[in-house]
Amino acid sequence: MSTQHDARPLLNPALLQETIETALQSGATFAEVFVEDKRSTSAVLDDSKIEELTSGRRRGAGIRVILGETTGFAHTADLSPEGLQTAARAAAAAAQSAGNSNKSVAFASDGSMPAPVAAVMPDQVSGSQKVALLQKADQAARGFQAAITQVSAHYADSRRRIQIANSEGLLAGDDQVRTLFAVSCVAQGDLGRQTGRQSMGHTVGFEIFDSVDVESMALQAAQRAYTKLSAVPAPSGEMPVVVGPGGGGVLFHEACGHGLEADIIAKSASVFAGRRGEMVANPMVTLVDDGTMAGEWGRYGVDDEGHLAQRNVLIENGVLTDYMWDYLRATKEGRPCSGNGRRESYQHLPMVRMTNTFLEPGPDDPAEIIASTDHGVYVAQLGGGQVNTVTGDFVFGMTEAYLIENGELTSPIRDGNLIGNGPQTLQDIDAIAGDFAMGSPGTCGKDGQGVPVGDGTPTLRVARLTVGGTAA
Amino acid sequence: MSDLLSLCDRLVAQAQPGEQVEVVAVHERETEVRAYEGQVESLTAAESQGVGVRVIRDGRQGFASAGTLDLAILDETLAEARENLAFATPDEFCALATPDALDPAVLDIYRQELVDFPVESKVALALELERRTRQGDPRIIGVESADYSDSVTQTAVATTTGIRTTAAETGCFLSAYSLAEENGDTQAGFGFSVGRQPSDLEVSQAATDAVERSTRMLGAVKPPSGRMMVVLDPWVSAQFLGIVGGTLSGEAVQKGRSLFAERLGDQVAAASLTLIDDPTNPAAFTATATDGEGLATRRNVLMQDGRLEKFVHNSYTARRAGTASTGSAVRGYSSTPGVGVQAVSVQPGQLSPDALIAGITDGLLVQGVSGLHSGVNPVSGDFSTGAEGLRIRNGELAEPVREFTIASTLQKMLLEVTAVGDDLVWLPMKAAGVTLVIAELTVSGA
Repeated sequence: MSTQHDARPLLNPALLQETIETALQSGATFAEVFVEDKRSTSAVLDDSKIEELTSGRRRGAGIRVILGETTGFAHTADLSPEGLQTAARAAAAAAQSAGNSNKSVAFASDGSMPAPVAAVMPDQVSGSQKVALLQKADQAARGFQAAITQVSAHYADSRRRIQIANSEGLLAGDDQVRTLFAVSCVAQGDLGRQTGRQSMGHTVGFEIFDSVDVESMALQAAQRAYTKLSAVPAPSGEMPVVVGPGGGGVLFHEACGHGLEADIIAKSASVFAGRRGEMVANPMVTLVDDGTMAGEWGRYGVDDEGHLAQRNVLIENGVLTDYMWDYLRATKEGRPCSGNGRRESYQHLPMVRMTNTFLEPGPDDPAEIIASTDHGVYVAQLGGGQVNTVTGDFVFGMTEAYLIENGELTSPIRDGNLIGNGPQTLQDIDAIAGDFAMGSPGTCGKDGQGVPVGDGTPTLRVARLTVGGTAA
Repeated sequence: MSDLLSLCDRLVAQAQPGEQVEVVAVHERETEVRAYEGQVESLTAAESQGVGVRVIRDGRQGFASAGTLDLAILDETLAEARENLAFATPDEFCALATPDALDPAVLDIYRQELVDFPVESKVALALELERRTRQGDPRIIGVESADYSDSVTQTAVATTTGIRTTAAETGCFLSAYSLAEENGDTQAGFGFSVGRQPSDLEVSQAATDAVERSTRMLGAVKPPSGRMMVVLDPWVSAQFLGIVGGTLSGEAVQKGRSLFAERLGDQVAAASLTLIDDPTNPAAFTATATDGEGLATRRNVLMQDGRLEKFVHNSYTARRAGTASTGSAVRGYSSTPGVGVQAVSVQPGQLSPDALIAGITDGLLVQGVSGLHSGVNPVSGDFSTGAEGLRIRNGELAEPVREFTIASTLQKMLLEVTAVGDDLVWLPMKAAGVTLVIAELTVSGA
């Protein structure tokens, strides 16, 4: 199945070296070239028709120059020596530099590219095979129930090759292959329409479909939409909330993940600033961000600054152990990077981002957690979320949820948001089970840049969250 | 700009017999300056471009895009689009737009002043914004970001069906995000100013808004749960109006995903609400004379006095519905045209926000919402979003409140609009905002 691995660097190291030296000429302390070559395919089925198979490509370089407190940045889609020189000078000018220097750069590696972690590269798979998956999903969902009135299915793959070189001699590369599949259904009932969705995404190639059954994904999406036809309005007010396995990652991503990013910490725009070493959560809580998790959506070999992905423990037994770092913030603190410097594309500056964020399993039994909850809400699938890192207030959506009444799951409830406060919620976690699962693939947005992230949790309970429904 | 069009023409000329070909090309130049603590934190000078190629044959559509205007790659992109169409399901309505009788409006949205504005002056604006925000109030402890950004965008669309259009626009934007602290409580707030050219920007307004929005939230508490009269400020109402506009797309209707399908002619909103989508209004941040297929945009009245009048269409959904395009194809170069509203606003009312608030004995002013993307289901209409704002007591703004949600359904909320303010303002999104009073939303707090 595998092809000959092409280890040639995206750009010749000599050219990278010249570009960096040009960028440094104006007296900068740091210069970096980020080269990206990304190809993607997407296929959409909607309304029982394959609407389109589309392909896209993006190739270019972003050049970053740091002088004192100022970062200058320029990017170009022109990777010729002239194009790179022009961008290097623009980035240097942007850093408002004044001095002069003749620094030279030597790389610590030959720039050879690592092999991609994919058994079947997407470009070896025909369009008809990709499209066939969509049709299978459509038929399965429509066959579930007459109430399923609309189905859309989406297949996407991408291969993103990056190369990073900087004035400290770093020269690194990565070859990232991602594959995604999602099914959305609409069910029509007497009281209106409802929706259900199921998605999966992994940093691997087409071989993922050996282990993922798109028909059962379609049935899950259809079941969700159908179940919600009889959903009651969500309750309103504070109550215990149990989050199912795989579901709760978004909760941690928002409740504290963003607040542990060093760029936000440095500007005192986080409720977690200055709290390293403190007990910030229930002692049961151990929270990890791990860019090395094989196959997961937020996995990579090196980050977009060329540093190896790492497993970073953020909270250990309730104690805040560390933040996440990129080059800029780590350098200021005189500490190593944590492999969290990411960017959406060569057109963007890197910043601190999460990878795969998850809660370690705990001692409790999932069934017992529900049985011991008198009255509350069980969230089986979460939607997206958002946080105000300054106050710690965060929201997340529930797209499949049920009432808990006298220790049992009863009526499905309609979509809505929950709201809580990060530091308070971490303290209020009072049960964690052992049934760990990863959640759906996500795109995390920060400062206008989206990057793929994963998350996961076992079943857990928060003693008190505000459920934002309409029922009294 | 003529370069972009000739580049499109060049590819269109390669159409084979029986093929329709559409090429869209975009060129954009952007600058972004971020100030922090009296210094330039970052300065980005960016130039980006791209092309999207659509080929249609026998009712099948193929598409490919590339983030470059490199001629050799453009030829490959056309070839890829051609290959991709083989996998699509034939669809009798699938075809490119054809020129209609309407000429594009002449919009004054490209300003040489911005193109000629020197980088040093952009830097100075960002620094001034940061300084004014920081010094705006003794309780301001920091400015997380103070940004100046601008863009100069040119686009061209050409097709084998005879469409050849170009567009150019400039835009600039100031935004500040401030941190206020008092008695150990920290709150954040933002302010902004948008324009077509730098002289449109109001630095002091952006700074003052950021300062006010953060300081007035100091000491905020969680409100009790219950049903309450709610006032949405323009920033919030614009986000909701954008979502409501989205439910009126012909595509959502045809695919059974709109909560307003089969409701044309019905009273779906309060009589005080007239909803208009008008990309030819040059005041709109998203004003554009041509849509994503190169057709002239036009003024579309979506709801008149609360009655549902119209869905918006691109050429595909129009053909399928047996009607004409409303000039509502929306897209970037890297995707096929979708359909949607482009510049939504409502007919403003007579009363100022202060006068509206003065008439409320017990209510809530919402100045910010969060989690709209996860909290609004545009198919069912259910919504529930995080919110922050101020209580209204006896006609006056009272204590700040946070960490609560507001919830209802879009259907119910539109019918329960009891007043529209006179303060219509275009915001950096595809909608204008205006103060809206809603008779009742469910507030979930303590």
